[in-house]
Amino acid sequence: MAEGSFADATLRVFRGNSESGAAADYRVPLVPGMVVLDALHWVQAHGAPDLAVRWNCKAGKCGSCSAEVNGRPRLTCKTRMDALPLDEPITIFPMKAFPVIKDLVTDVSWNYKVNQKIPPFQPRPGVEWKMDQRDVDRVQEFRKCIECFLCQNVCHVLRDHDKKEQFGGPRFFVRTASLEMHPLDGVSRAKVLKDEVGIGLCNITKCCTEVCPEDIHITDNAIIPLKERVVDEFYDPLLMLVRKIRGAKKI
Amino acid sequence: MNSKYEVHEHDVLIIGAGGAGLRAAIEALAQGVRVGVVCKSLLGKAHTVMAEGGIAAAMANVDTSDDWRAHFRDTMRGGKFLNNWRMAQLHAQEAPERVRELEQWGALFDRTENGDILQRAFGGHTFKRLCHVGDRTGLEMIRTLQDRGVHLGIDVYMECTITRLLKDGDRIAGAFGYWREQGRFVVFRAKSVIICTGGIGKAWKITSNSWEYTGDGMALAYDAGADLMDMEFVQFHPTGMVWPPGVQGILVTEAVRGEGGVLRNKDGERFMERYDPKKMELSTRDVVARSIYTEVREGRGTEHGGAYLDISQKPADYVKRKLPSMYHQFLELADVDITKGPMEVGPTCHYMMGGIRVDAETAQASIPGLFAAGEAAVGLHGANRLGGNSLSDLLVFGRRAGLSAAEHAKRTDMPPIDPSQIEEAAQQMLAPFERPDGDSPYAIHEDLQSVMQSLVGIFRDEADLRRALSELEQLNARTARARVEGSRLFNPGWHLAWDLRSMLTVAEAVTRSALTRRESRGAHSRIDYPGLDDAWGKKHNVVVKKAGTMTLVETPVLEMPDDLKQLLAEESVAK
Repeated sequence: MAEGSFADATLRVFRGNSESGAAADYRVPLVPGMVVLDALHWVQAHGAPDLAVRWNCKAGKCGSCSAEVNGRPRLTCKTRMDALPLDEPITIFPMKAFPVIKDLVTDVSWNYKVNQKIPPFQPRPGVEWKMDQRDVDRVQEFRKCIECFLCQNVCHVLRDHDKKEQFGGPRFFVRTASLEMHPLDGVSRAKVLKDEVGIGLCNITKCCTEVCPEDIHITDNAIIPLKERVVDEFYDPLLMLVRKIRGAKKI
Repeated sequence: MNSKYEVHEHDVLIIGAGGAGLRAAIEALAQGVRVGVVCKSLLGKAHTVMAEGGIAAAMANVDTSDDWRAHFRDTMRGGKFLNNWRMAQLHAQEAPERVRELEQWGALFDRTENGDILQRAFGGHTFKRLCHVGDRTGLEMIRTLQDRGVHLGIDVYMECTITRLLKDGDRIAGAFGYWREQGRFVVFRAKSVIICTGGIGKAWKITSNSWEYTGDGMALAYDAGADLMDMEFVQFHPTGMVWPPGVQGILVTEAVRGEGGVLRNKDGERFMERYDPKKMELSTRDVVARSIYTEVREGRGTEHGGAYLDISQKPADYVKRKLPSMYHQFLELADVDITKGPMEVGPTCHYMMGGIRVDAETAQASIPGLFAAGEAAVGLHGANRLGGNSLSDLLVFGRRAGLSAAEHAKRTDMPPIDPSQIEEAAQQMLAPFERPDGDSPYAIHEDLQSVMQSLVGIFRDEADLRRALSELEQLNARTARARVEGSRLFNPGWHLAWDLRSMLTVAEAVTRSALTRRESRGAHSRIDYPGLDDAWGKKHNVVVKKAGTMTLVETPVLEMPDDLKQLLAEESVAK
């Protein structure tokens, strides 16, 4: 948009709570460089003071302001108004995979419960605290995650099938990968992956990777290697045979 | 009465879940007491997550001559000797162990060729001292602490705002607040309360701070009768984004300069040569912020009123690896590729050196049972904080606060709760709904930000500060009449109506303290008193509530032992 332009845009924002709701339209004057979150703040200050929106850093670092903008799961603080078609209303809806509390705020507490199932970092006994930058680099990708939960929102296992009891979702596969591939970690989380967070339910459609604002290659770099670990540990035919012959205990 | 609020009981209640709050929680839990943590946002979203550059700790992994003495000296010099010397000493001595501990809990730092934690240069630090993870050190730190705390078993109350500290006589008895989600009230009974609520930047228009930074903890402590100190010292970070308007104030990490970024004015002149030829871009933040501001004021600013910050002389791969979030931030929000051209930057309100007055060893405030750590507390940074000294502050004094609060709780019985205090706090929260008319809290907030930005900014003078005080008085009156629309269900307008009171309290404390200190020192610059004044170098302003009125008293700077004095007299040997 040209500098000094005074054009308007229309936001069509979901207003409602867990029981009912409908979209409401708000006219917002555009400012150069404006992002959707700025527009929502303008609406709060000038028309709907009780419009519920989560946000913190407004710099793409905290992952609080997730919503569905024109049907796409996005961080509203990183979605530029001038990147959207402004001749029609911009729809802003809460994340669909989580229960609505009010307006754009959803109940994401389930995610925090999943995290508790994942065994934390545990260094190998007697480890020396030295690491190679190359080994660190490999894991840093996963540790960039800002917990915006957009990947959880778009994952069809959660969004369409609501398998929150059996399935942990992409965010927590990324989290597990960041621990499993930590150069000094000594814990195996394969059993947790298989039984507690149901990694087998993921059929690698890569929807999560597409929406990640941190460009984490969730499917290729986290989920697939973790699936391989589970297979190696539980479904390797050769190992199964060896265990059978030896009568060894299962891992 | 009980039907109107729920009650939780903990030995130690921590308000705030950033680095200081979580570190305090981990330590208190290790002492075997029951710990609760209350935070305004979701867990893991606190301001610590935005810290970029690194954690200052004299580990001497890169510059082997570094040690705690050099870190102590740098911190004191950066703070213009207004620091609490004992805090600066403890901080410098304990920071390396706190970083190692973080690593043992799973944090992954960038490495040296030997496989040790890598350290980078930063403003005011004589040696390469900042342990870092690219430019997202804060995220690594908060995630590590969060997971450690959660798996150890702290109780976390997310999206809950505390509006009042409850007292039993002179001592702390707990806290009253509301759930942001449903608007219901909640009472926490506790033997010890630790305030780790961070800073106050939301009272200014151009700030790197999030909505949470409304000075709640300082206002809570002040209202409960605790001392605030050094409130005139507000840090303006030299480099915030200035264009486009939507991103104004967003932080541009000092790591850009630490990695070799150069500042220029519109004429292409590397102007830091005129302000600090020795340290140049890596001078202390107060100096760099004033320099940029002066360049702009004297007509040498960029098109949008800032300075150019250029890192494009470094290889593009290097920039993307060491400053990934800056690269994306500018590309996505400002259409600038920082590997190819300069950024436009200008000062942004960033950090509060002042805060709740605490004891150096125990982090205890002037009220029995009340503790404070991190940005909400005062002492370590004096008149100006060095970059990187905040994350280490959170770890060192978060731990100390957690330890002392737990010890205090073990020595104490659970104080009774006075229902009349709770009733009053609840009435205060409900009042804005009952007013027939009155201003919107958003309008008042916008006006407050303009007042603080234009009258209590980087450069101050008596006339401006006096005007600010009278404006604040009017804003206080408007806030007392502010009206809230809608219900108690997740209502940001209602939340802001309360946060405004906290902001106004700290804004007034800043303004009164700034008016009283007739000198320029660190982050406090008086146009009408431009030089250092030795007499002021020996005293602090303390802000305290007396008979309902904000009162200022002076208190002497703590006398340093001779061996430390000697240390400060020595010249540092910079590499």
